[in-house]
Amino acid sequence: MSSFIAYTLFGLFSGAAYAIAASGLVLTYSTTRVFNIAHGALGMLLSFVFWDFSVKQGMPTPLALALVLLVVAPAIGWFIARFIARGLGDAQASVSLVVTVALLVLCIGAAQQIYPAEARTILPFFAGTTFSLGEATITAHQVITILASVLVAVGLFVLLTRTRVGTAMRASVDNPELLRLFGGKPDQVAALAWMVGVSLAGLGGILLVSTVGLDYYALTLLVINAYAAAMLGRLKSLPWTFVGAMGLGLLSSYVAGYVQVDGFLSQVKNVVPALFLFVVVVALPQAQLRIGQVKGIVSAPLPSLPRTMGWSAGLLLFVALLAGALSEANLLLVGTAATFAIVMLSLVLLTGYGGHVSLAQLTFAGVGALTYAKLDQPNLGGLLLSALVAAGVGALVALPVLRLTGLYLALATLAFASIMDKMVFQADFAFGFNGLLPASRLSLLGHTVDSTGGYVFLMAVFLVLTAWAVLLLRRGVVGRLLIATRDSTAACGTLGLDVRWFRVVLFALSAAIAGMAGALFAGLRQNIGAGDFIYFQSLLLLLFAAVFGVTSVTGAVLGGVAMMALPQLQSSYPSVGGLLFVVVAVGAILLAREPNGLAVFMFRAGRWAERRIAPTIRANLPTLPGGSDPDDLFPDTGEAADPVDEPEVDQPEGVPAHAH
Amino acid sequence: MRTEPLLVVDDVVVQFGGVTAVNHASFVAESGRVTGLIGPNGAGKTTCFNVISGLQKPTRGKVRFNGRNVSHTPVHRRAKRGMGRTFQRLEAFGSLTVRDNVRVAHDIQAGLLGLARPARGDVDGLLERVGITAYADERADSIPTGVARLLELARCLAGDPQLLLLDEPSSGQDETETEAFGELLRDLASEGRGILMVEHDMALVMSVCDEIHVLDFGEVIATGAPDEVRTDPRVQQAYLGYADDGGAHAAEPDDTRTDLQPVEATATIPAVGR
Repeated sequence: MSSFIAYTLFGLFSGAAYAIAASGLVLTYSTTRVFNIAHGALGMLLSFVFWDFSVKQGMPTPLALALVLLVVAPAIGWFIARFIARGLGDAQASVSLVVTVALLVLCIGAAQQIYPAEARTILPFFAGTTFSLGEATITAHQVITILASVLVAVGLFVLLTRTRVGTAMRASVDNPELLRLFGGKPDQVAALAWMVGVSLAGLGGILLVSTVGLDYYALTLLVINAYAAAMLGRLKSLPWTFVGAMGLGLLSSYVAGYVQVDGFLSQVKNVVPALFLFVVVVALPQAQLRIGQVKGIVSAPLPSLPRTMGWSAGLLLFVALLAGALSEANLLLVGTAATFAIVMLSLVLLTGYGGHVSLAQLTFAGVGALTYAKLDQPNLGGLLLSALVAAGVGALVALPVLRLTGLYLALATLAFASIMDKMVFQADFAFGFNGLLPASRLSLLGHTVDSTGGYVFLMAVFLVLTAWAVLLLRRGVVGRLLIATRDSTAACGTLGLDVRWFRVVLFALSAAIAGMAGALFAGLRQNIGAGDFIYFQSLLLLLFAAVFGVTSVTGAVLGGVAMMALPQLQSSYPSVGGLLFVVVAVGAILLAREPNGLAVFMFRAGRWAERRIAPTIRANLPTLPGGSDPDDLFPDTGEAADPVDEPEVDQPEGVPAHAH
Repeated sequence: MRTEPLLVVDDVVVQFGGVTAVNHASFVAESGRVTGLIGPNGAGKTTCFNVISGLQKPTRGKVRFNGRNVSHTPVHRRAKRGMGRTFQRLEAFGSLTVRDNVRVAHDIQAGLLGLARPARGDVDGLLERVGITAYADERADSIPTGVARLLELARCLAGDPQLLLLDEPSSGQDETETEAFGELLRDLASEGRGILMVEHDMALVMSVCDEIHVLDFGEVIATGAPDEVRTDPRVQQAYLGYADDGGAHAAEPDDTRTDLQPVEATATIPAVGR
């Protein structure tokens, strides 16, 4: 009985901390329509700042707490509202997801840069002080946490119902334009929501840090707990969010206390929030197709057939040359880049063409790799089967969220990735904890590709084939449908398309491509472990896709190379390891609204060069008798009338510039 | 036994929070006829359309289509059964050309099997029929509103629907275009299709509709032929804020709703052929 009370008290304590974090999430989301995936990461960063103030600089705890929550956190919130999240609520869901994922990576990078890894501890408030409650004891820290959650609840209630700005916040949820019309200032309201939201993320993080530990990644996943709680209130209702948080806290505590199992299920307690989330999502009523949304109006560039062939041949030739020249270790890097490039191609299909975001793409690659290694059928059949298993898993992730909208799908993939990280990949039947699985090199029609050089070339061939497949899909009926569903899902529905199943199929296809990449990667490395597919890598992958362009094959190849190069750079220059994350994140934030990414600038450069050379060629062509200068005929149309100018869609693509 | 009308909206209620957008609305639309759904702004017309096409779940009430209760049928299956609709706020596929917009509709019609062999519907014929051939190769986000509305109509027609739900199809068109559009509507109805149309252009509504339902504050306040509706005192009350009795205006200007052209009782309105 006493243990029950103890578990209940602990559950209430963690539930209270989740409630604080979750209410911040709900406040920001409902006011600005931006779901802040970096919510937990901000809590993590602020916990480090709190450690800095209270432990390193030795400030009294109340002062440190006040400085963090009332000065630093609101300042960060204001900065985000002013410079990062502005206008994000009206953008496509995929854009705001990319920006907040970038914010998450930025927080982790900043934390690693400012606070390099070392052992740090934050003691609970009034450590050692306990009260006895019958047979159980409760610590002062737990009492403070529960009291703080009550204070937050009351404070938010007063803010939203008793103040003018609170009324404006609630109005902002319904209609920001209308609010502006009536003299309200949506920008200021949004800034306040971010300031309070970040502050609550900090409070939640600081209250939990003495139990979770001061770690870059563990507290970042607090967003899943907060999100799971907030989902009960459909990301809108604060009271239901509190109910959800308390329920989640109690559930986690009871599972940790009473469910004593060994092996596979021993990790259940760590994934309770993610599982809770899936259950809530499945139980939610169906979302209705929305009309009048903002539409993606950027055409994905498409290369012409000769260009595709030319660049493909160029890439293969380049890799063949590398295969003969590079050392074994460097060849492994080229193969890794090819792996990431293929996974990026799966994002081109899903995000670039389809407009959906997955935060678990490398987890699907991990499923493919695991299947390939376990099957021990290193041939095309085994490769295909690995891709199919990944596709099946992808469909299973998308199925529960079939009835909901894009945001929920993306968040479900994050929860899925964290479940796979903790529960499946590290289990004994999979890679094992810190374990490695052997995998064989692929054999083609009985010929095993043993040499690393040959294998890397084979991977390049698969990369080219995947790129062709993706481009072929884009050119055909499927590509048209993809763009149509992205532009107006509602219209596709009223024309008779089952958009939900279309989405699941798309998701499965994308997971299959990632799974194939993972299987190829397993064969390349010949030893594969859980550490190759942790969730954080998928977030980085998304950011690189956003930076280099998620709509083009060029962007995917460049992104793959960059994704490979980042950890190399970080191990070469460990002193700026965190800073490199920050650079990538800032790049993604700056480029998130340009879906074609850096690739589009390359295309422009190519066109510019063409335009510079084209007139010279034209000048040397013999003039037709009686023909007048075309520039006189079209004085105002300028370049549009230039007969040598390439049409917009006919862009060089397929291989990065460095392939020269 | 009299057969049931093509579309029956039966006692539909839609509430958003505390606001009742549609209040026990019941009306029908018949095959081969143009039915108008009119009413002041905010009367619940578009919400009715969303309920009929399945984009909005009603708080209560039923929608019957072609003799079957489709209240719980998903959007896409209602479309497959022969419902097509256009949108008040345009939902054209902005990144595709006008021709590709219609092609997508054909592709969707062709279904899974169609993925293998691209649908060879008469795309250009449809563009020609609604009169936007000149825009075929332009991106749908660069064409004028009036043209985009016709594009949405052409896109619907690709599915050869029995019922067309047109949400303000003529806005953005000039007088000549509207006249041609009216003829097109009559023509489509003469093929046996039912047309239910939300429209603010009273001249068009009065000339082309066989029957009109008038909504106000979510309720159907009048139903009848154009002539009957036009002179109905409740309709005049809803539109003008006063009952028109032979041209004698006695209302306060403050009560007048300016969001609509007033119904001109004195104007000559062409008789509608049966």
